[in-house]
Amino acid sequence: MIAHNSMQMLETNGRDVHLPVMNNAPPAPPGAGDGVDTTRRALLQRAIAGAGGLAALFGSGSLLTAEIARAEAASVLDGADGPPANHLERMLADLDRALQKPMEQRKWVMVIDLQKCTGCKACTVSCVAENNLPPGVVYRPVIEEEIGEFPNVRRRFIPRPCMQCDNPPCTPVCPVSATYKRPDGIVQIDYDVCIGCRYCIAACPYNARTADFGEYYNADTPEIMDYETRPNFEYGREWKREPGRHASPIGNARKCHFCLHRIENGMLPACVTTCLGGATYFGDYNDNNSLVHELVGSTRVMRLKEELGTEPKVYYLV
Amino acid sequence: MQRVLKAVGFVVWVALLLWGLSGVNQRLFGGRELANYGSYVPWGLWVSSYIYFIGLSAGAFLLSSLIYVFHIQALKPIGRLALFTAALTLLMALLSIWFDLGHMWRNYEVFTRPNFTSMMAWMVWLYSAYFLLILAELWFELRCDLAALADRGGVMGPIYRVLALGWRCPKTPEQAEACHLQSVRVMRVLGALGVPLAIAFHGGVGALFATLPARPYWHSAIFPIMFLTGALVSGGALILALTAMNRVVAGEEKRRILTTISRLVLGLLIFDIILEWAEFSIPMWYGVGHENTLLREVLFGEYWYVFWIFHVLLGSVIPIALLATRPGRPLAAGVAGGLIALTFLAVRLNIVIPGLITPQLEGLQSAYVDNRLRFEYVPSLFEWSVVAFIVALALGLFMLGVRYLPLRSHTATA
Repeated sequence: MIAHNSMQMLETNGRDVHLPVMNNAPPAPPGAGDGVDTTRRALLQRAIAGAGGLAALFGSGSLLTAEIARAEAASVLDGADGPPANHLERMLADLDRALQKPMEQRKWVMVIDLQKCTGCKACTVSCVAENNLPPGVVYRPVIEEEIGEFPNVRRRFIPRPCMQCDNPPCTPVCPVSATYKRPDGIVQIDYDVCIGCRYCIAACPYNARTADFGEYYNADTPEIMDYETRPNFEYGREWKREPGRHASPIGNARKCHFCLHRIENGMLPACVTTCLGGATYFGDYNDNNSLVHELVGSTRVMRLKEELGTEPKVYYLV
Repeated sequence: MQRVLKAVGFVVWVALLLWGLSGVNQRLFGGRELANYGSYVPWGLWVSSYIYFIGLSAGAFLLSSLIYVFHIQALKPIGRLALFTAALTLLMALLSIWFDLGHMWRNYEVFTRPNFTSMMAWMVWLYSAYFLLILAELWFELRCDLAALADRGGVMGPIYRVLALGWRCPKTPEQAEACHLQSVRVMRVLGALGVPLAIAFHGGVGALFATLPARPYWHSAIFPIMFLTGALVSGGALILALTAMNRVVAGEEKRRILTTISRLVLGLLIFDIILEWAEFSIPMWYGVGHENTLLREVLFGEYWYVFWIFHVLLGSVIPIALLATRPGRPLAAGVAGGLIALTFLAVRLNIVIPGLITPQLEGLQSAYVDNRLRFEYVPSLFEWSVVAFIVALALGLFMLGVRYLPLRSHTATA
């Protein structure tokens, strides 16, 4: 069902990208009738749909990426028994378990392994595409640091999503209660209410909020391309974007929401699905068996500006 | 000479208004594409002008309370001028911040969806109450004169009647006296309510910045105090300049009033400078720390002249010299007051902008490149043009007020 949604989304993208893996999945192995196996297969298909989505992003020139995804998927599906084959599969299973609980019993967290981050910025780009972000709005930039001097020089990359703080400095400042902490830990913005005063932007100690000025990348060209005017689906709703029309989220503060619209439909956040280095993890911290719970127990764990007492829900492994 | 000056003034005003209208047109129907603030420096000239204008208003109002609450007779003749100025500058402030909103037509939500933890919400509620209070004070103070003017009839008659909200003055002297005494009593009560209200809302403007732990440059307890002192200095200076430059009062009376306000403003300015010394010297003394870096940027960075030329030279040194040596001379008092009042915008800009120009995480400045994602800011011409509209509008209303409103008491109250 969810994979089907993904396909539909791709079709509306207006690109000629198909996900043949959906139709050409190899024949079910013997004993495939049992529930575990089909669940497993569904999970894999969702993971693959994500990869296909990335391929779609880069246009038809990147059909090759989709091909690779298909080939990989086929090989994974062939040996579909046993423990999860990779971290994506495990996180999808974690996600499924979390979604079966009531919302207030979940606590979404993100873990980013800086040793694995290659600085490719696929997360930044996939986030921009997923949420149709206009100029001036970015949810997950990657900070690049250069440490040391030649010849002993290293680079470090720090992706910076919204920290979804447990003690957020941005929510109590809102004069109209348009932004608040959800029971599952995500700091949400109500686009229909936000008056665009930008006090929350000033209040965030991570610069994680940006303002939508209603701009277009193609503004000074003969045509504003359709990829800029497509709606986005933040917070599970369709937000239309038309040049010359001042409608939310234009004029609002905007920020990362861990792709709430995706996770509530059983998909991982776009940045997690597209992370080439496998450096970004996502899941329910209230679940002892989840991958993120395991990773937060690492001795390498740290959080940004911990001294402020904001209690970020994004953990870094250094 | 006088005529030439008037003509030139009028031409400048028309030019300002036209330029301003083009900006407002762009703002209302185009959006904010031409504004230079962005996502990382989210506030710019409009927020700075807002705190500047609202400071002028609070200052002018608190000066008027010396007359209506504390009954300082020496200043009595300029009471109405001070109140009228407080109302106009408040209007300027509200327009500035309104143009700044991403969703201008949702402003009512501050009342329909209150958030009691938000310092901004408190500030809005308090200044709304303050606005109503000023209007009430103006009405009670002017109602008898307006009614008298309305009774005279003529073209302006109906307009005065509307401004007086239909109020008619009692005919017999006893009734008029009773009516007048009622005005004085009401003014005293309203003024007494207004003093804590003005202190609370303008302190609240300072607290709006100071309460943010994420901004070390603003996050200090001295901020609301400095906002209040700044309001008194700049608002007082504006009243000084306006009194010097028009004919609401004249002759010996003018000289006396100018001397009194000059001394007041001089004292307040010196007190403000002492606070400023504390604000700069304490974080900078040992030359280390985050705030030290920011303040160094204010003093010796790219925009050093905003502090040294506008604030120190034009806004402090020259006015102090003038006020100390020639307190009663209209020209000197006018220039000194005008300089302080005008250059206070530099102080306000130096509060808002430096607090926003440091990345919260080092490296963000180059992590994702976009015009709106820069940690630097200079107001654009478009932003200035919107402010020009606000200034032109207020100047026009002020000139109309001075010309047609009974700002000089006819039936002397109290």
